[in-house]
Amino acid sequence: MIQKLHSKSRLSTVILAALLAILSVLSLFVGATEIHISSLLSGGMELKIFLLARIPRLLAILCTGIGMSVAGLIMQQLCMNKFVSPTTGATIQSAQFGIALAMVFFPTMGLWVRTLFAFALAVAGTLAFVFFIQRIQVKDTVLVPLVGIMFGNIIGGVTNFISWQWEINQQLNTYFSGSFALIIQGNYELVYLVVPLVILAFLYANHFNIVGMGQDFSKNLGVNYNLILLLGLSIASVITASVIVIVGQISYIGLIVPNLVALFKGDKIRGTLLDTALFGALFVLICDILARSIIIPYEIPIELIVGIVGSVIFIAMLMYKLKHGKKAIRPGRHGRHHRHGHHHRHGHHRHHGHHKEAAGDA
Amino acid sequence: MNVQDLIKSYGHKTVVNEVSFEVPKGKVLSLIGPNGAGKSTVMGMISRLIARDAGVIQFEGEDLSKWKSKELAKHLAILTQHNNVQMKLTVRELVSFGRFPYSGSRLTDEDHDMVDKAIAYMELEDFEDRYIDELSGGQRQRAYIAMVIAQDTDYVLLDEPTNNLDIYHASNLMRMARRLCDELGKTVILVLHEINYAAFYSDYICAFLNGKIAKFGPVEEVMTRENLKEIYNVDFEILNINGRPLTIYY
Repeated sequence: MIQKLHSKSRLSTVILAALLAILSVLSLFVGATEIHISSLLSGGMELKIFLLARIPRLLAILCTGIGMSVAGLIMQQLCMNKFVSPTTGATIQSAQFGIALAMVFFPTMGLWVRTLFAFALAVAGTLAFVFFIQRIQVKDTVLVPLVGIMFGNIIGGVTNFISWQWEINQQLNTYFSGSFALIIQGNYELVYLVVPLVILAFLYANHFNIVGMGQDFSKNLGVNYNLILLLGLSIASVITASVIVIVGQISYIGLIVPNLVALFKGDKIRGTLLDTALFGALFVLICDILARSIIIPYEIPIELIVGIVGSVIFIAMLMYKLKHGKKAIRPGRHGRHHRHGHHHRHGHHRHHGHHKEAAGDA
Repeated sequence: MNVQDLIKSYGHKTVVNEVSFEVPKGKVLSLIGPNGAGKSTVMGMISRLIARDAGVIQFEGEDLSKWKSKELAKHLAILTQHNNVQMKLTVRELVSFGRFPYSGSRLTDEDHDMVDKAIAYMELEDFEDRYIDELSGGQRQRAYIAMVIAQDTDYVLLDEPTNNLDIYHASNLMRMARRLCDELGKTVILVLHEINYAAFYSDYICAFLNGKIAKFGPVEEVMTRENLKEIYNVDFEILNINGRPLTIYY
């Protein structure tokens, strides 16, 4: 049984923060051009690369990791499903669709129009998906993300059609395979938007938890279910869209990171958000360091590495849930099965519980 | 709480039809009746979970719909069976949400005191760091009730609280409902399927049939062979155990 001791919960945060700090510094010195600290001090070309490319790249990586993992955390909580994320909830595909539309209708306008379109479509697509699964009452934990993936694929198909029809696929491609290679000072700052949004998410963390417990539960505590659902999904969508616009598609972070953290730290967002954000940043950073060191001096798109690692972990998670998580697959009404299976596995706890209850009633 | 001419329809079907009653303050009231009689819908309406089509619900002298949701949450608590049971929240974290209507996310020392007391009252000290998805149904139900106690409301509404519980946990839970009234002075309203629990643990019974109130009154008055035959269309024997009417049916 995981006993949540306060010292332990803080320890994980400290370790993650320390690891992130070390690797962040290390990452600044990984790349095609070798940079030494001594040459930095003397200024010149190395310093320029450092300031214009390496530091912006690091900051973009951190924002991406933090943003995507927090976006996933929010979506999982609000949808009461561990497999919903920007990747499996049609958010990424909707943002890309928005960018494609902006390119077709406002080809001469710059980044801002694309950004606004990405924001609007990401929010709309995510809300449509969530509304759909609530409406048809998909209760099967594994079915929900599959519906989301199909929904995303349909939107992706339309985007594909548009991109061939209007011959923008070359341009659009950068928004599909995410990469930090092109990040330089002056073109990436929009991704900072992640920071205030994550802070906003932290402020509303308890609201999201309460909404995640269900509609009746929320109303009982005087929380406006629909408003908080809308707010949370909008935050997650806008975070995702701002990463897509600057970095391109980075899959699976929002799916894997919150789940791995929740395994150890539970679902109380106030308790997990910091660790989720740190771990997300660490995950992306490690993948990026790999991406730029495997075939040095060239780079592999990070999406390739994240995609491979991510999909393997995702499949492992699905298998795990299918095998062990009867309770996770049949929520609500089917609680009886869940408890039954549970007792088999944790017989001693039940025993303990009985003693306690019997003592209490005597 | 006073309910006047409550009406609710789904499509062409009127599930609650001109229901009026007064909730006796500081007592345990059970809503019973066959499936589809309207008891749960009435519970939903008096707890503002379900919107009503017509009628008036006066709560503490004011129309229920005029209450601010957060303010109402300090006076009336409703527990249904539709909560997400997979959430990995510890018992303490769950119970702390009971203080949300008062302090939002920043709990005061007083709030923490209330949470401690609620956990102690439900004898959950040994479980307080356990995740609710790891508890048995009975333990989890107790954790929810601890949250309601922390919520510190005058009215506690429990919608089919014994569902999915075995006999041991169900009777435990009914005893708890009784204690909320006797020891903490709360008005408790329950929707129950098991009429013997209603008969043994409540003060008043409100029996529904076809969207209307068939009988309302003190337990002894409602629990007669004639009344129960009329409501359930089944023959009953009424026994007297510990001074309470209990039924046998088959």
